[in-house]
Amino acid sequence: MAKHKTPMLDELEKGRWPSFVSDIKQEAENRGKTSVELHAPKEACDDLLGLLELTYKDKVVHWKHGGIVGVFGYGGGVIGRYCDQPDQFPGVRDFHTMRVNQPSSKFYSTEFLRQLCDLWERRGSGLTNMHGSTGDIILLGTTTPQLEEIFWELTHDLNQDLGGSGSNLRTPSDCIGMARCEYACYDTMALCYDLTMEYQDELHRPAFPYKFKFKFDGCPNGCVASIARADMSVIGTWRDDIRIDQGAVREYVGGEFKPNAGAHSGRDWGTFDIQKEVIGLCPTQCMEWDGKKLKIDNKECTRCMHCINVMPRALRIGQDTGASILFGAKAPILEGAQMSTLTVPFMKIEEPYDELKDLIEKVWDFWSEEGKNRERLGEMIQRVGFQKFLEVLEIEPDPRMIQEPRSNPYIFWKEEDVPGGWDRDIKEFRKKHQR
Amino acid sequence: MGYDPKDPLKDRITDIGPRNYEEFLPPVIKENYGKWLYHDILEPGVLMHVSETGAKVYTVRVGGCRLMSVTHIREICEIADKHCGGYLRFTTRNNIEFMVDDESKLKPLMEDLEKREFAGGSKKFPRGGTGAGLTNVVHTQGWIHCHTPAIDASGVVKCVMDELYDDFQNMRFPAQVRISLACCLNMCGAVHCSDIAILGIHRKPPMLDHEHLDNMCEIPLAIAACPTGAIKPATVDGKKTVAVKNERCMFCGNCYTMCPSMPLADEEGSGVALLVGGKISNRISEPKFSKVVVPFLPNEPPRWDSTVEAIKKILYAYVEDANKYERLGDWAERIGWERFFEKTGLPFTEHLIDDYRFAYTTWRQSTQFKF
Repeated sequence: MAKHKTPMLDELEKGRWPSFVSDIKQEAENRGKTSVELHAPKEACDDLLGLLELTYKDKVVHWKHGGIVGVFGYGGGVIGRYCDQPDQFPGVRDFHTMRVNQPSSKFYSTEFLRQLCDLWERRGSGLTNMHGSTGDIILLGTTTPQLEEIFWELTHDLNQDLGGSGSNLRTPSDCIGMARCEYACYDTMALCYDLTMEYQDELHRPAFPYKFKFKFDGCPNGCVASIARADMSVIGTWRDDIRIDQGAVREYVGGEFKPNAGAHSGRDWGTFDIQKEVIGLCPTQCMEWDGKKLKIDNKECTRCMHCINVMPRALRIGQDTGASILFGAKAPILEGAQMSTLTVPFMKIEEPYDELKDLIEKVWDFWSEEGKNRERLGEMIQRVGFQKFLEVLEIEPDPRMIQEPRSNPYIFWKEEDVPGGWDRDIKEFRKKHQR
Repeated sequence: MGYDPKDPLKDRITDIGPRNYEEFLPPVIKENYGKWLYHDILEPGVLMHVSETGAKVYTVRVGGCRLMSVTHIREICEIADKHCGGYLRFTTRNNIEFMVDDESKLKPLMEDLEKREFAGGSKKFPRGGTGAGLTNVVHTQGWIHCHTPAIDASGVVKCVMDELYDDFQNMRFPAQVRISLACCLNMCGAVHCSDIAILGIHRKPPMLDHEHLDNMCEIPLAIAACPTGAIKPATVDGKKTVAVKNERCMFCGNCYTMCPSMPLADEEGSGVALLVGGKISNRISEPKFSKVVVPFLPNEPPRWDSTVEAIKKILYAYVEDANKYERLGDWAERIGWERFFEKTGLPFTEHLIDDYRFAYTTWRQSTQFKF
């Protein structure tokens, strides 16, 4: 028997899409009858449903602002959460979140997931997010005395650490990369893991002006959205030619292979038309098809991926692969949304990644020095100017970094740019020019 | 021995990082790492990746709720143990992927997933989310666990996906459509580059809890937090506090993040804005931001009817009209925004004309428009 009546939430059990309400109810029921010794409130799930039902009635959230809790020695990884109706819903009086650093590309063994489930059933609410928006495994809802216990078990028994929260390096995340994608231009999983391990201190102890996110996309398709949400976006690319299997191209044209890996099979779009669907849609118009052979003027290609996506059996990314590095993406708070700006057009991405680490550390040094409290890197670059950013990183300006050159001629020349400097003598000037 | 509260530093282990991903790769993935040649979508939700070694991996993708219980995860593990040698993965968009190394294992896995339902009747593992269709909605915490939300997240997503369920399981769109939800302007989910973004917004300036403000907040931080300079120091009844110039407030909620004594969520004031036409991929056109096309819809628990209705209007106008491979934003730009509002039937109001910084770049400086 449910502890609270939830007529509004019950409406969310209807329909075909998986119901999180049904899932919480099933967990509430299991908690009610489990023989496991629970260290967090038995009624956590029941009371969470009750609290959410009240929120559905009031239309204003019932969680209090913040709460400073954590594990010893860490500044991040735990987010305090308290309910504003503790007497009515004691099971969620305190309901803190723990962010657990997910493995690269979110592959799991069931053995590990079960260990995590056992831990969270005993010491938490039994509810999780798989996964949070930054990528972490989110363990949702526990009490303050459990935090150290959970951390102990995570590290000692599960060989697993917490992720980041607060003004630190947030838990890095990556696309599936070479594990199961033919487009990966570098090993996103290996890089994500390596940098996560290298920067453990930055991840756990907030020392930055604000959050800092790395995200790793293996190709310009951008499956982890690094260009929109990472302070440093590493996006795989290549410098040489797209590899072409002319026979396979002809098979696409002949209809033996479905275009776009069969992605459009839910509707009759007519027979595949390489002229219209590939050549005509190429943003740089660098391709030609004479009925037998596909030609690509690779020098003009901007590697948008469209032709490769349409004909994955015929076209492959080049072999001189690496990544473009972009900086400064963020959501709107505070100064409006920004996408990452192309800063390093190409870098080889190979272990031990010294060149990339050197770049990262230069960026952090500069931002730590210059950044204001709660100023994201992208906002700081706007404030100080992109030129300054390049200067600090010791990177030469390049037309690849801009959409178009400036249209205003208000150039901030530096004194050293101008022969003779800025100091002039007005008396000398007056000798030739009367007042 | 476990944790000892009397000696908290004893045997403490820190900074060990996440588990190495290599422990979690299914054998077929491990053996063919970096060797994949191409892939095919065999049917909605089913992928086949082919390696240069000749090996194949078949993936069944099912939609998941981001919020899930340990009971549910154990069920996922049971399926993975039975069919997939004890491995699985999650995607960035909250899908679950079950992988098998032989085609013969595919059908039993799919049948097993198909028949599992929650007690309330909803499907536990809907198959789909691939190709030119709708994938799972990524979202934030909403009312279930966040302290600044303007709207719920899981509930809204449930209602939207119930209504668009068939399009999750089909691939009849011109291109993929990514719907995302962020429950406030902080955008933990970074929805600002989505084909359709559901965004929680506030419309009332913060309330001021003068009595407690000085104890709860760093006043200079609260003042500095305001992007429009609407907050200034004040004294009320002899207490140090702040004053807010209401007409300068754009309801970002940043002050509340810095100062708990400035709450702004409200039953009537908070609700949903819809943005469209953003994308992340560099494919054909460059990545672009989403644009606001519905400035406000009320919070309507439990089924969020107006939000679901507006999304359907946008989505199906696009599906009807766009060219093959054309993303929603590319379609809107090609037909022009005047046609976009005509075809979707959404009202155009003054709230859709930008009046924040850099607004000028979004106004029309030409006579090239459509009647």
